Formats: sequence, structure tokens, C-alpha cells
Amino acid sequence: MSTIFQRKNVIIAVILFAIAFPYLTDNTYYIHIMSLAFIWTIAVYGLNLLAGYTGYLSLAHAGFFAIGAYSIGLLTVKAGLNYWLAFILAILITSFLGLLIGLISLRTKEHFFAIYTLCVGYVIYLVIDKWDSLTGGVRGLIGIPAPANIGPISFQTPVSLYYLILFFMLLAVLVAYRIVNSLTGRTYIAIRNSEELALTMGIDTGKNKLVVFVISTAFAGVAGALYASFIRFIGPEVAYTTVVFDLLTFLLVGGIGTLTGPIVGTLLIVWISQQLQFLQDYRMLIFGPVLTLLVIFYPRGLVGGFYAWKMKREHKRAMKANSAKSSDSAIGAKDQVKEG
Amino acid sequence: MFLETKNLTKRFGGLVAVNSVDFSIEKGKINAIIGPNGAGKSTYFNLISGFYKPTSGQVIFNGQDITKLPPNKVAELGIARTFQSTNLFEQATVLDNVIIGHRLRTNSNLFDAVFRTKRLKREEKMCRDKAMEVLDFVGLTESANQLIGGITQEEKKRAAFALALATDPEIVFLDEPAAGINPDETEGLAILMKKMVDKGITVCLIEHKMSMIMKIADKIMVLNYGEKIAEGTPDEIKNNDAVIKAYLGGSAIA
Ligand SMILES: Nc1ncnc2c1ncn2[C@@H]1O[C@H](COP(=O)(O)OP(=O)(O)O)[C@@H](O)[C@H]1O
Ligand SMILES: [Mg+2]
Repeated sequence: MSTIFQRKNVIIAVILFAIAFPYLTDNTYYIHIMSLAFIWTIAVYGLNLLAGYTGYLSLAHAGFFAIGAYSIGLLTVKAGLNYWLAFILAILITSFLGLLIGLISLRTKEHFFAIYTLCVGYVIYLVIDKWDSLTGGVRGLIGIPAPANIGPISFQTPVSLYYLILFFMLLAVLVAYRIVNSLTGRTYIAIRNSEELALTMGIDTGKNKLVVFVISTAFAGVAGALYASFIRFIGPEVAYTTVVFDLLTFLLVGGIGTLTGPIVGTLLIVWISQQLQFLQDYRMLIFGPVLTLLVIFYPRGLVGGFYAWKMKREHKRAMKANSAKSSDSAIGAKDQVKEG
Repeated sequence: MFLETKNLTKRFGGLVAVNSVDFSIEKGKINAIIGPNGAGKSTYFNLISGFYKPTSGQVIFNGQDITKLPPNKVAELGIARTFQSTNLFEQATVLDNVIIGHRLRTNSNLFDAVFRTKRLKREEKMCRDKAMEVLDFVGLTESANQLIGGITQEEKKRAAFALALATDPEIVFLDEPAAGINPDETEGLAILMKKMVDKGITVCLIEHKMSMIMKIADKIMVLNYGEKIAEGTPDEIKNNDAVIKAYLGGSAIA
């Protein structure tokens, strides 16, 4: 019971900090960076549901991020649609394309799936880059409006936009949390562990994989749509392969297949790379080896490493407490599977 | 007829792994399939459970032709199985591994998950209760919260049984359940299989341990090079010339 309270307290403290953040700094640049990090976080949570919990590493997610961004951009700038209608349509368009691409790409597995989706992501980039008449090609798309007012609430200032993005980020975390901690989440984890066994247990693996693929592209679509309305300008580079590897880095550092990994990894890397900006691209000389070491020693990222350490400690304590009883591994592994 | 195969055949390229096998499994009994390594026993299971599509022939279950059904549909009909190597998730608890076994009897979907509906809560409890029930049945209640990675080989076998039972099956197919465990533990598993039959679940197992088979099986089929060479009671099989020849010819028994 006490651990639940602790966790609850930590979550409340983090949310309070996030709410207070704009008042803790006068620097609008910091608010900008934080908003951007939250947007990436949403996309990383989507990637995590698919890659972390279901075991299908999609490298097309920068493409879906870009589809979300371009959809809202085109629908508002060129079609002149109402902002929030465009926002919803952007997510639907991304999900629909996700469905089509999922139907094809999920015929492959493991490395083949990763390579196939990498190609799909690149094709999306090429389409955006070359389809000049629609997307504006390399010139990009400018003049994307900020989110329209909702009743009396306006999103014209950086701080109000920050809160809007924070809201969507928290929503994404809540949805991911609920999915993971449900029979549906258990189903995804079963597919990750052994597709053969999942099938034997009567699980329609094909359908479940398709659903989680679509959900995960929808997360990317939301992130992309927010990005477009936040930056107000987008170019083909949002679909570029490096973006998906950034997302993957955030996920791996934080902890793939963990619930807090995406936000921990994203915020950490975004802030560290801000601090190291004076090093320019030489930053990668630091990030590369650190990431490699992390993957070797903490395959489930910082969060996974933390939980492993905590479990070991609890285990030791339990062993001491009843050293008479030889309790081999009476570890509450609940955390290991879902939380850790 | 409960479950039967008619002319069931599976070719892998030039190799005929299962060759025109007619066999009928008896309801409420312990059925066994024996035969030398590579005889096609596991392939036969894979054909029934829908993992392989037969080259020709049929699988009939309760009067329904299930030959072309995918494995998940076969499971829904009440046919469960275990694999030759237990492929449970080592980093999760026994309970967490077994809970998913009842998923096929639930309906809650993504919507239920996101909105945490009453149905989801009810079905989560249902799966958990079912898992505890089958763990109790196989005698693993004490180990429910241990990691699969931390329990013994024999306990893993029991956990795999529990997982199969959690699907509420009418029949379970067990592929070499007693492989890699000692004689005492084998005895324990034999008792467990009898207990399953007493509960009304039909058992069909592949096994190499002859003494065990001869003791517990009601009906035995012998496969050799994919062909059924004999079937009958343990006594009939023991005295069957073709069986003796196949085993002596193939040196080691199964
Ligand atoms: N997927 C497969 N592809 C090709 N050959 C296979 C496949 N599965 C089994 N076989 C072959 O079929 C024969 C029967 O195998 P199997 O059913 O596993 O035998 P058993 O379980 O009786 O030891 C073996 O020769 C094996 O190599
Ligand atoms: Mg075999």
C-alpha cells in the first residue's frame, strides 16, 4: 500500500511541477523547449505501445508524425477548415493511412518489419518532398494557425499553448497507462513474448497487432498535428529518418516497454542536448557511446534499470527478513512486466 | 466421434511427415501418441491445432470440420495444447503468465481499456480468478507470484498445464510433458493428467517415457515415419509385431 501512495505522490508532484513550470522561469525559450519535448513524448508513447509492448519496432513513425503535421497544415492553410475539425481529421487521416500500411507491413516480423517500415517512412518523406503541388516540397508549408480558441480559452501565447500541449501529453500517458494495465495490454505483452503461444491461447494476433499499430500511428498523428500548430511551419525534414531515430533514442534511454520510460527519456535527452548545444554536432560523440553502453548494461533503459535495482534491493531485504525460509525469488514481478 | 483425423497428411517438400493418418481420440480418456524421434508426432499436433495446414485430409471436432481454422479459432472451440519446449515468459510471474490464458473467453477491447469499463473490471477479475483456480488445480498456488525464471523445470511444466487449462478446454494436447524431469516428478505429472480426466477433460499426449505411457494411457497410437503402424490399448501395443520391429529397428525406444 505504501508504495502505491509513494507512486501517486511522485505523479502528483511531477504534474504540479509541470503546471508550475511556466511560472518558475521567465525564459520563454525554456517553455518552448519543454513544449516541444512534450510533443515528442506523445509520439514516443505511441512508439512504445507498438515496439515496447507488442514487440514490433516500427521505423515509419516519423512518417506518421509528418502525415499528422501535413494533414492539419494542408487542411487549415489550403482548405481553410476550422482548426479543431482539421485537428480531428488529421488524426483520422494518419490512423487510416496507418491502417493501410499496417495491413501490409504486419505481414513481416522482427528485423524484416523494422526494415520494411524504415522504407515506408522514407517513402513518406519522398512523397512529401517531391509532391510539390500539394505539400510545397522543400519550401515547406507556412502560416499554419495556432490552435483555435476553445470558448474563452485562447492559445495565442506560448504559456497557454504550453498548457494545451501538456494536456495532450498527460492524456497520452493516461491512455497508454490504461491500455497497458488492461486485458488488452496483457494481450499485447503476450504477443511480444511469443506469438505462437498467444495464438495457442486463442488470441487473434493479426487483429491485435493491427489495432495497436493504428493506435500507435494515431499517437504520432496527434504529436505531428500539435507540432505543426506549435512551430507554425513545417518542411519535409519532419518526416526524415533521423527523426524516427531520435524518437527511438528517447525510448531506449528512458526504457522501452516501460510506462515512464518515454517521458523520462525524452525530457532527459532534449534537455541534455540543449545544454550541450555549444558542442554542435559533436554532441553525437557523447551520445553515441553513452547510448551504446546504456543498451548493453540497461537494455530496458534508465527506468528498467531503476526497477531492477529496486527489486534487487527488496529481494535482499526479503532474504534478510526470513533468511530461515529459502525464498528463491519471491519477487513481485508485476512491476517488471508492466511498470518497470 | 469426439475428435478424429481422416487421411491426415503433411508433406514438407519431399518428406512426408504425417502420412494419411486416421485416428480417433476417445473422449474422457488419456490418449497417447508414441513413436521414434522424427516420426511426425509434433507435426500431427500442429495439424490438429491449426499451426500447419495439411496437404490433404481432415480434422473433425465434435462433428465440425476444423481443418482450415487458424490456431486461435481452434483454441476457442476448446482445444488447448502445450509445446515441446515450454515457452512461457521467464521475466513475468507465474500468475501473470497464466492470466492471459482466459483472455479468449473475454470480450473487452481497447475502448474498455481506455475507459476502464465495468466489463473490463469484471473480465479482469474473471481471468484472475480462473488463473488462481487452475494454479490451485495444478498445485502451484504457492508459486503464483514467483517469476517463471525462478521456478523449477517441473513447476514450469505445471505452469504450462495451467495456462492450457485456463482456456477452458475440452481437450488438451501435451507435447512431451515429462521431458527433462525426474521419475518422481513424472509420477506427479501422471497423477495430474488423471486428475484432468476426472474433471472431464480429454487428454492426448506425446511421450517418450514408455513406463509412464503404459501405466496411464487408455489408448495409444504408434507413428513411424509419419505412418500409423498400430493403435490400441497398452497391452495390445506391447505385443504388436510391427511396433516391436519399429522400435528394435530404430534402436532406442522412442
Ligand atoms: N516446419 C517443418 N519444415 C520442414 N520439415 C519439418 C517441419 N516440421 C517438422 N519437419 C520434419 O518432419 C518430421 C517429423 O517431425 P516431428 O513431427 O517434429 O517429429 P516428432 O515430434 O515425432 O519427433 C521430421 O523429419 C522433421 O524434420
Ligand atoms: Mg516432437
